Amino acid sequence: MINFQYLRTTTAKSAIALLVKDKNAKFLAGGTNLIDLMKRGVTAPEKLIDINHVPLKEIKQVGNKIHIGALASNTAVADHVLIKEKLPLLSWALQAGASAQLRNVATVGGNMMQRTRCGYFYDIEMPCNKRQSGTGCGAMEGFNRMHAIFGTSEQCIAVHPSDMCIALVALDAEVVLASTKGERKMLFKDFHRLAGDTPHLDNNLKADEMIIGLEIPINNLAKNYHYLKVRDRASYAFALVSVAAAFEIADNKIIDVRLAMGGVAHKPWRLTASELFLRGKEASLNNFEQAAQLAMKDAKGFGGNDFKLKLAPNTIIEALNLAKSKA
Amino acid sequence: MEKNMLKDENDRVDGFLKVTGKAKYFAEYELPGLTYGVLVTSTITKGKITSLDTKAAEKAPGVIAVISHLNKPSAAAYEQEGGPQMKIFYTDKIFYNGQPIAIVVANTFERATYAASLVKATYAKETFNTDFEKALKDPKAKKFQGQADYKRGEENAYKTAEVKLEERYFLPIETHNPMELHGIIADWRPNNQLTVYAKTQGVKATQGTIANVFKIPIENIQVNSEFVGGGFGMALRTWPLEIATVMASKHIGKPVKVVITRMQMFTMVGNRPAAIQTIGLGANKDGKLTGITHRAYGETSTYENFTEGVVNMAKFMYQCDNVNTSYVIIPVDLGVPIWMRGPGEATGAFALESAIDEMAHALDMDPLEFRIKNDPETDQQKNKPFSSKNIKEAYKIGADKIGWRNRKNKPGSLVEGPWQTGYGVSVGVFNANRGKASVKGILKADGSLLLQSATSDIGPGTGTGMTLIANKLMNIPVNKITFELGDSSLPPAPSQGGSATLSTVGSAVNDVCVALKSTIAELAANSNMDATANFVDVLKKNNLPQIEITKESQSGKEKDSYSMYSFSIHFVQVKVNSLTGVVKINKIVSVGDSGTIVSPKTARSQMVGGAVGGIGMALTEESIIDHRYGRYINNNFADYHVPVNADVPEIDVNFINKPDPYINPMGAKGMGEIALIGFSAAVANAVFNATGKRIRTLPITPDKILA
Repeated sequence: MINFQYLRTTTAKSAIALLVKDKNAKFLAGGTNLIDLMKRGVTAPEKLIDINHVPLKEIKQVGNKIHIGALASNTAVADHVLIKEKLPLLSWALQAGASAQLRNVATVGGNMMQRTRCGYFYDIEMPCNKRQSGTGCGAMEGFNRMHAIFGTSEQCIAVHPSDMCIALVALDAEVVLASTKGERKMLFKDFHRLAGDTPHLDNNLKADEMIIGLEIPINNLAKNYHYLKVRDRASYAFALVSVAAAFEIADNKIIDVRLAMGGVAHKPWRLTASELFLRGKEASLNNFEQAAQLAMKDAKGFGGNDFKLKLAPNTIIEALNLAKSKA
Repeated sequence: MEKNMLKDENDRVDGFLKVTGKAKYFAEYELPGLTYGVLVTSTITKGKITSLDTKAAEKAPGVIAVISHLNKPSAAAYEQEGGPQMKIFYTDKIFYNGQPIAIVVANTFERATYAASLVKATYAKETFNTDFEKALKDPKAKKFQGQADYKRGEENAYKTAEVKLEERYFLPIETHNPMELHGIIADWRPNNQLTVYAKTQGVKATQGTIANVFKIPIENIQVNSEFVGGGFGMALRTWPLEIATVMASKHIGKPVKVVITRMQMFTMVGNRPAAIQTIGLGANKDGKLTGITHRAYGETSTYENFTEGVVNMAKFMYQCDNVNTSYVIIPVDLGVPIWMRGPGEATGAFALESAIDEMAHALDMDPLEFRIKNDPETDQQKNKPFSSKNIKEAYKIGADKIGWRNRKNKPGSLVEGPWQTGYGVSVGVFNANRGKASVKGILKADGSLLLQSATSDIGPGTGTGMTLIANKLMNIPVNKITFELGDSSLPPAPSQGGSATLSTVGSAVNDVCVALKSTIAELAANSNMDATANFVDVLKKNNLPQIEITKESQSGKEKDSYSMYSFSIHFVQVKVNSLTGVVKINKIVSVGDSGTIVSPKTARSQMVGGAVGGIGMALTEESIIDHRYGRYINNNFADYHVPVNADVPEIDVNFINKPDPYINPMGAKGMGEIALIGFSAAVANAVFNATGKRIRTLPITPDKILA
């Protein structure tokens, strides 16, 4: 048997202490991705540190920010009155992800840590630089319909699979991390990485760190927003392309705007240039179309995913239209 | 007691058992000393095993045996020359990626799973091809005739027609993926006595196959399969993995259970093969068809051929004097396919019914009118009248309910923001079969009736249908009738496939009931009772605890005089987002013309299930292979997209419900297949009507809409 040690702890401090003791230890939260990876032989941690009993489930407002504990379930966050009222974009994005059953056990921290769904990554008989360095990228010249069009590398064209994270990057969230040295904060946009020459790394979490929670500034984006996820079936499918869009509009003029895309890159893809273009402009179809075109600069298809070069700008336009028309 | 839960007479007789978890499926049987088998599979696509290192696996904790071609456990038929190429554990040849090459048996499933990962094979690899398109183009690829060429009138008459079209249609591999995983429990006892708990669509077929392989008398084998968690055709044969399990049990002298993984469901139990089809249609300007040519190519394996009825429909569905068809199968290095719901007819109907729609468009005719105009009065292929056919009535019901009057003949006419609305229609047709089956009826003085037959229920509600047939004839309440199935010791019946069970086994139920009634009437007369006396009183008066009659039933000469088919019409309304390419089915109306509806609730469920399967075929399902490796890339439920609730709108099911005068005593024709056949074309036709885009490659995913 591929044995592993199962440990359970009730404080973040002891969890971190257990983690640093063993290089091959992993935190177990909802387990909706980790257990699959273990079953498929993609990963084989020697220690599983069950952190489900660490009290990090709280969702609360502190000053002008919403704090979300790393172990709050996806369902708890999506359904929470604070999130629905103040950060509805996040609630929508969460509900677009996975299935109700998965959302009930999957946690915020786990959602951030989930690994790509690239088929080559999961099949240990196939080449994959992310799983095993130097074996090559199976998707590059293989089945890459689901794969990235932005920020790809020679090593890896996988996409980050989360919906929640697309909303979080748009909402300027911050991640609170803890280690034996204390706590630090990181901008959410800096949490995930591009594949580059290190496709085995999905994020910038250090080996001795634990995700404690999120802090999200309250904004004026709760009225005109939309999370549009285009997928192969209406539920329980990963995004071909998804767009998180939110505005603050006054007299049809865009005061603030947030745009981020999923299903297109190795990390949640914030559309900074498009936002910059739209800020101060009229919320018109023409401007939406121009913003969408701006977003596509440097996009590159790999054959199977060439359709995303058309789908992505279309989805941006449609998401902006729907955000604008939201009453 | 459970039966009292029935709210009305049409409820599924085993519904209570199923929803409370009391229905026992094969994998749930616990036998004393049960062991667990896990299959090791090939990681190359073609070649030979040069060595197989099983030492580490054999030494792993709990392992009882590792069985492979190295130790060839006894299987009499495999020890002889000839026979099938795929003799599991009797060949070192690899025919496809994922082929079982060894089975590890251990005292727990987890230990067997781990030990299986320790078996290391080395191979001599050969070049291979899993790409059907490539095989079709390759002049050196083997090609076999899958069905005799058919010609009526002039060949390729469409080419000289006033209005003509020729189009090519592609259908990818689909995998059945019933919820229940496949497998078997085999318990081989001394003196060659074998009991198996199987997931099968035919207990007699399983019994026969095992008897043939191991050369033991059929009577020595007991096959149990009372409940099946979905089959859709994949359990219509006994697969190598099942033979492997029986071998293992015989070898170690203990019962062995094998339940394969979801991933193995893609490589060990068949699929709906890919198909490439060309349809040529010719019509005169008035909209009369003058030529139909249907040429189909189907995928098969290199070690066994597989054929299905892809081009059947073209031969009789429309009035046309010039029809020719051909069907060629081409081997690729994949596991052998198997019939999947609606089998070849669903594949063929996608192409033919799309082409019919395309022709209507070319003629600027309403596709419904075009179909009605070309509806034949008799079967031109068999030159016989139809036993019953109410297709025009079905067209009318469906058209009214979907709101066909709101459809515009010009594509892309109904637009609201980015959403385009379209309507589509398609026909489904399948042989109305009736085979041979036996049923035993035991009428008891306690007022109950027990019926028994070795048929199966893979979900359509066989027991319910049979109970209702008996209920009607015998006037016995449904909760006093029990129908037993899924047991090879019961009177023989064919496998559940080809929409034939209700017709075949139901006829035997009918015959048994008629015989029981006449026996009761005789007994009543002999004991000076009124002819209308209750059977309980008659039995009691005659001091009989029960009477027992077994009847074998099959079709008679009516089969020679009539052409017998079940028909369906599917109407769909779709909305297509022109920006995102998303297709949403808004409304479905299906009309079944399959004779008498014996069991309205389960019949409706069949039609609903067929439509859901049809949505999958049309919009979401495709088994994707990386042809460089010959391996499936989406072999799991997250990536192989069966429709979910959010994809399925309300399905309005309607039946003509008029008895067929000839098919069988109930007047009921099968409907499992027609529920799905044609559905995918209705969607493709609706998408065209919405957008003006004709998608000839399934499934219709957003990328194809945007292309």
